[in-house]
Amino acid sequence: MRFKHLISIDDLSRDDVEYILNLAEKFLRIAKGEERATPLEGKLLANLFFEPSTRTRMSFEVAMKRLGGEVINMTAQEASSVAKGETLADTIKVVSKYADVIVLRHPLEGAARFAAEHSDVPVINAGDGAGQHPTQTLLDLYTIKKESNLKGLKIALMGDLKYSRTVHSLIKALTLFNAKIYLISPPSLALPEEFLEEVRSMTDVEEVNLEDVIRDIDVLYVTRIQKERFPDEEEYFKVAGSYKVDAEILKKAKKNMIVMHPLPRVDEIDVSVDETHYAKYFQQTFYGVPVRMAILYELLLEKFEI
Amino acid sequence: MDSAKEGSLAVSKIKCGTVIDHINAGKALLVLRILGIKPGCSERVLIAMNVPSKKMGKKDIVKVEGKYIGEKELDRIALISPNATINLIDEYEVSEKRRVELPSTVEGILTCPNKNCITNSKEPIKSKFHIRRSGESVRAVCHYCGRKIYELDKYVV
Ligand SMILES: [Zn+2]
Repeated sequence: MRFKHLISIDDLSRDDVEYILNLAEKFLRIAKGEERATPLEGKLLANLFFEPSTRTRMSFEVAMKRLGGEVINMTAQEASSVAKGETLADTIKVVSKYADVIVLRHPLEGAARFAAEHSDVPVINAGDGAGQHPTQTLLDLYTIKKESNLKGLKIALMGDLKYSRTVHSLIKALTLFNAKIYLISPPSLALPEEFLEEVRSMTDVEEVNLEDVIRDIDVLYVTRIQKERFPDEEEYFKVAGSYKVDAEILKKAKKNMIVMHPLPRVDEIDVSVDETHYAKYFQQTFYGVPVRMAILYELLLEKFEI
Repeated sequence: MDSAKEGSLAVSKIKCGTVIDHINAGKALLVLRILGIKPGCSERVLIAMNVPSKKMGKKDIVKVEGKYIGEKELDRIALISPNATINLIDEYEVSEKRRVELPSTVEGILTCPNKNCITNSKEPIKSKFHIRRSGESVRAVCHYCGRKIYELDKYVV
């Protein structure tokens, strides 16, 4: 493999990303259970989740088991009692003696990079606080590749663009593919100015309203606007209400436009959208499985160069 | 250069050791901190602050008697005073003269302002920053959390 751990999407080149997405494609039928293969038989994955994320943990578990590997879990509750007694460095040193690969979710930013320094086995970052969550970004890209097209892509990102790490990582990855990026958010949740300038130097990016671009875009990527970001509830309902997607607005969209969302959603995507052919967010979540299979396979079986 | 005149005005010459000149005014104590020279240490140290300078208006000077400070340590000074110059002194003569150069990474010198950064936890970890320069401005990027800092002197340990 090109790398020993998977810590941040920033560590990957466009080549690396395309390599993983192509490998994921090869695992798609196995991910669905339509074919069987057990290349990771005898390998053990340790899920270390210092904060709960059932969805991500299960996705890694499915990916490992579909490839014939086994999984041990440390739940968030167990992890918090471990964390009281010893350092993360020590926990990693111990677990890396048991397992062949560690999947880590931790509330502190940089925890995964630090863990990798103390681990004898590959570490996969499954989210470190407000920091990185590279497998989410890779599954987003895989979804776009499968259900739309990464080449010549026009994508609108809508919702909380200020705090969402999912959005920030995806934007960075999209610059590798020279995508045309439209940003749609309330002013108080706009992409931070410094970040916007950085993106502008790499690709075509524009702040717009959904109405202006709905006819033109290939992908509409929606994220949740969180109540905690607003000083009072009234303000929240007023703002959040105007960043919702329903079947009505989608009538203006291109036939092959797709709607994505990292889930869980609250009500920013109306259930009326679920029944339309635009809705790809459940498919998107499932695509996490072949993508994580590709990463596990690569980290566990391929020789890496440092 | 008028450093001989300025120097004699401020502090006496040293026999052998390291002279750090053209330090940004007011940063001399920070320079000592970066070099790990603390109260109670055994080095003989002369400090001059706010010395008039043609080039800089005002500058600070630090002289460390009897000690040649290593290049790597001296380059850390570039974080807070990019124009600083180094003179190694032997028998009252300058034996070597050079400028400080920005290091590409520094460990344990800067603290990360991000409270949620792993470097600010109880873990056995040293801070690590990558130093980037674009034109006149210098920024440091946390190796662990990616936080960028611009006014580096505010974050010296
Ligand atoms: Zn940091």
